[in-house]
Amino acid sequence: MTAQDVTTRGQGRRWRLRVEERLVRPRWVNIVVPVASIVLGLLTGALLIWANGVDPIAAYKAMAEGAFGSRYAIGETLVKTIPLILAGLGVSIAFRMQLWNIGAEGQLHMGAIAAGGVALFLPQRFPGVPAWGWIVIMVLAGFAAGALWALIPGALKAYMNVNEIITTLMMNYVAILWLDYLVNVPWKDPASLGFPLTAVFPKELWLPRTPALFFLNERHRVHLGLVFGIVAAILMYIFVTRSKWGFEVEVIGRNRKAASYAGMNIVRNILIVMAISGGLAGIAGMAEVSGIIHRLQHQISPGYGYTAIIIAWLAKLHPIAILLVAFLFGALLVAGDQLQISMGLPMAISFILQGLILFFVLGGEILSYYTVRLERK
Amino acid sequence: MDWVFISATLIAAIRAGTPILYATVGEIFTERAGVLNLGVEGMMLMGAVSGFVVGLKTGSPWLGALAAMLVGGLMSLIHAFVSVTLRGDQVVSGLALTLFGSGLSALIGKPYVGVPGVRFTAVKIPLLGDIPFLGEILFNRDPLVYFSFLLFPAAWYFIYRTRPGLHLRAVGEDPATADAAGINVFWLRYLYTFVGGMLAGLGGATISLSYTPGWIEGMTAGRGWIAVGLVIFAFWDPLRAAVGSYLFGGVNSLQFGLQTKGVTIPVYFLQMMPYLFTIIVLVFATRERVRRRVGAPAALGIPYIRGER
Repeated sequence: MTAQDVTTRGQGRRWRLRVEERLVRPRWVNIVVPVASIVLGLLTGALLIWANGVDPIAAYKAMAEGAFGSRYAIGETLVKTIPLILAGLGVSIAFRMQLWNIGAEGQLHMGAIAAGGVALFLPQRFPGVPAWGWIVIMVLAGFAAGALWALIPGALKAYMNVNEIITTLMMNYVAILWLDYLVNVPWKDPASLGFPLTAVFPKELWLPRTPALFFLNERHRVHLGLVFGIVAAILMYIFVTRSKWGFEVEVIGRNRKAASYAGMNIVRNILIVMAISGGLAGIAGMAEVSGIIHRLQHQISPGYGYTAIIIAWLAKLHPIAILLVAFLFGALLVAGDQLQISMGLPMAISFILQGLILFFVLGGEILSYYTVRLERK
Repeated sequence: MDWVFISATLIAAIRAGTPILYATVGEIFTERAGVLNLGVEGMMLMGAVSGFVVGLKTGSPWLGALAAMLVGGLMSLIHAFVSVTLRGDQVVSGLALTLFGSGLSALIGKPYVGVPGVRFTAVKIPLLGDIPFLGEILFNRDPLVYFSFLLFPAAWYFIYRTRPGLHLRAVGEDPATADAAGINVFWLRYLYTFVGGMLAGLGGATISLSYTPGWIEGMTAGRGWIAVGLVIFAFWDPLRAAVGSYLFGGVNSLQFGLQTKGVTIPVYFLQMMPYLFTIIVLVFATRERVRRRVGAPAALGIPYIRGER
């Protein structure tokens, strides 16, 4: 057991913050810390919004209405949840192995580009293929492109131990520029009046909408991507908890040396995990362009890939928890949109809140490993 | 290749390299103390916006630069508190700092987008500025560039040749031993995280007050991350950091040079060059590190807990 003292002087008396290691990790921490973090993050965010001359109550009211205020709003929140689930699952599998894949944003862009390329150019050439066939091909193309994009830093990490944090992040900027190039130059729609847009995908290639469930109204835009996300979460849950491979990933993440001595193939596992991680983000990009945007354009993501990192972390990498947390952050993104529309505030406010929540979660983590007491000496 | 073109490219390389150089040297201090702060991008953005706004309000770019350093330093203290005191995960905390900084800078800077502000202007140094060719490149720059010329050799001297520098390295290599020798590990980690934040803030202000004066949301465009990459390239050595930063600046300025020369590569590919350059540089640096057995500070990213081995 270890203890560390942080001494401060208060009114002449000596106080100290006593930090002691816990012998048992209580379960309540896993629920209380994330919930309290979200609350504290929103409260601190309110202070910052207020300090910038905006009424925080009005802002949060607009946000809540935007995200949950109507059946349509809840549908929009689900729409934003879809790419967050897929990218969040992708990030989580890499984090499980202590691979810091910060590149989900770029992998998502590449998935969108590949799926968009299929939708724009292939159906005319091969008219015999049915629409559902094209959608399957688009999903596969999205997965493959995301996976390949992640495999570049993955291979650099596996074979040469090049720091993956930096490389995955740099790849994000490159992917976004690729999309910008395509929509501005070769794939630009001549009818777009100079806007950086491609033509609209053929209608049969739009991901079909889910049936109007009880809480959605007929204008809802929730699409099949939600099913992809839920299926992926369940599959991942089974793989990480029940399969030998999931066990290997866990062991490599905790102790690479021990895993290596136990005969696990680290290089191969890094490559597989990066491919799956990037592939899921790629499907997120495919779902977003095929299900919602219906074309490629400049700006297809409000930072889904970065938000996914927070979601994975907040959900403690648990695939089912990711579904829930992604919904909450989907709400935060819709709320950010609403702030922009109704109050003219930058959407980046949702990044402020995301950052704050993350700080509180990190700070709260200490509670699961240590007890903290303020006591008088 | 004519002299005018070479001179213009070198000047552009120095101008583009200076903000990165500040951020890189700052992160070297932080990482040398064993703290990995991935929030450089966020701190640079906050430095850029606060430098610009304070400069505009006071009419003095100097006060702007000072404010940027202060704000960058304060931002870094959040990271120091989470990672040093609360022993939270440093990678995630740094990411949180970047998200937080990019959001907050956008909120603060919203009314100032496109507003003309103040800027540092070039000051020609007497005599040195009259040296043919080199004088124009090196000694007819603005004060932020001159300060960076002083900073990186001074940082090198401090880290490798002074007693406090030895303490700094000890804290990053072996905090338990440093602690046993009476060095205050926690205080030094806070201090150098703060120094790193100040320099990142100054790097941001160099962009908004000198390199491309003004404020645009997200104007650092990944330079904070490139700085984190250059720290690895630099082997945590400020002199190599200068080489890396100016190389980056050169690549960055080459894109404009090529454009004016009428090279018809689409602009998007030219804009990719700094990012691809960073990846390539990282690959070579990693290979060289393995060959020369230069490691990162041994305790980098690991919280220090007294009494634990």
